[in-house]
Amino acid sequence: MNNHEAVPRRQLIATLIVVLTLCSALLALFFSDVGAMSTLRKWMPHILKGFLLNIGMSAAAMALATGAGFLLALMRIARSAYIRAPAGLIIQICRNTPWLVILFAAMLLFPYDLEAAGYRFSVPGWFKAVIGLAIPVAANVADIVRGAMRSVPSGQWEAAEGLAFTRRKTIFLIILPQCFKAMIPPWMNWYSILALSTPLAAILGVQEVVGSTQQAMAANNSDPGLLVPFYLFVMLLFFLYIWPISAVTSRLERRAVFKK
Amino acid sequence: MHEEPLIRLRSVQKSYGTVKVLDGINLDIFKGQTVCIIGPSGSGKSTLIRTFNALAPIQAGSIKIGGTEVNDPHLDQLALRKRVGIVFQQYNLFPHKTVLQNIMMAPLHVLHQNRAAVEKRARRLLATVRLSGLENRYPGELSGGQQQRVAIARSLAMEPEVMLFDEVTAALDPEMVREVLVTIRELAEAGMTCILVTHEMAFAREVADYVYMLDDGRVVEAGPPEELFSNPKNPRAKEFLAKIL
Repeated sequence: MNNHEAVPRRQLIATLIVVLTLCSALLALFFSDVGAMSTLRKWMPHILKGFLLNIGMSAAAMALATGAGFLLALMRIARSAYIRAPAGLIIQICRNTPWLVILFAAMLLFPYDLEAAGYRFSVPGWFKAVIGLAIPVAANVADIVRGAMRSVPSGQWEAAEGLAFTRRKTIFLIILPQCFKAMIPPWMNWYSILALSTPLAAILGVQEVVGSTQQAMAANNSDPGLLVPFYLFVMLLFFLYIWPISAVTSRLERRAVFKK
Repeated sequence: MHEEPLIRLRSVQKSYGTVKVLDGINLDIFKGQTVCIIGPSGSGKSTLIRTFNALAPIQAGSIKIGGTEVNDPHLDQLALRKRVGIVFQQYNLFPHKTVLQNIMMAPLHVLHQNRAAVEKRARRLLATVRLSGLENRYPGELSGGQQQRVAIARSLAMEPEVMLFDEVTAALDPEMVREVLVTIRELAEAGMTCILVTHEMAFAREVADYVYMLDDGRVVEAGPPEELFSNPKNPRAKEFLAKIL
């Protein structure tokens, strides 16, 4: 359509070709007679099942982080300082501490079992990991939302005020609907980061993809020859999942820039 | 006119930090009048007009609009703003809503009026500002003059008693200024109380019943336009008018 788009599109095609070549090479290797490969083929369903948990955890954590992030952002612009200040503090703390530490804290502070309506539930590890991973992302989503709301011209607030809209209605009917487009690329970016961080849960004993890979290798007498192909396979899984997302994200970002 | 003024300001004081913006403004506006507020930039005109609907709170003095004291900590701001419409220099239409939705939004969500009635009124107002046929366009697709007339219709949809216009033609190309002024003129002729902050002296001269000239946060000259423009008494007013006329 124009020169701005031509270059990235060509680059996209070139990258696609490289990736396809690489993938076919890997596929050829995968179906070869090399011993490690037949082991990998045999254990692939088990590893994939683990990976499914990563995707599930990332989706659940992102949903949680998005809800909490919106809430924090709204608290951050509240008129009462008693709401604004704690929200600001929470955001700063959660954005500026290591994810692993937050994850440990969430895993260890969260009770092992919950009692509700007379039933006892044991809280599964993946659930605690979801909460631990959602916390830092929520703080970053809050910042995305706040930044996007700030980018709406002050005249919009003024016009809404002049028409006697309440503050709540101004935010939900007028300000937020204008922000969604601007929020999508950074939001997707944080989703990618979150999804790539889900293996942290393995350290805490959650049977996600790294955990299931380790199990698979242990079941084969921890043969050192399996290390490289197995972990490469896990890398490939993540790459194939995340790369399209980040490609779409940067496309959206470029479009947003040129539209201005 | 011996009736009570619809709007009465007494000794209005407003400052931003240490900067005094309004310094003892007194002003009376009667129902159905068209009043223009003129003056050099930075004289406090836009701030003054924003005090009428409490968009700019004041520090001292009294603003009475139809019996309601605006400078009251217990003021029901929303009730006031339902009665006092405002149109801005930058139109400030809601870009994610169509023209018709822009006009209907406040009556629907603020006044909770019946949708069919609101839509009927919105279409009628759109015809009043001569924009029928643009109902389903988005603000970004309209010219500045068209957007400003939609903004006027949007404000009128709340059926206010008073309309405030804050330099509504200042951002427009010359050929679009006329169409907006014609709309305001028709509104004034229909009996709406209109208060304009404006640089359009020809318009002020023709349409205004009364003109206030502000300088440095004070009213330096006030009177019917023919008097104020032809025979200003205050030296600052003389200087300003000599520059622009």
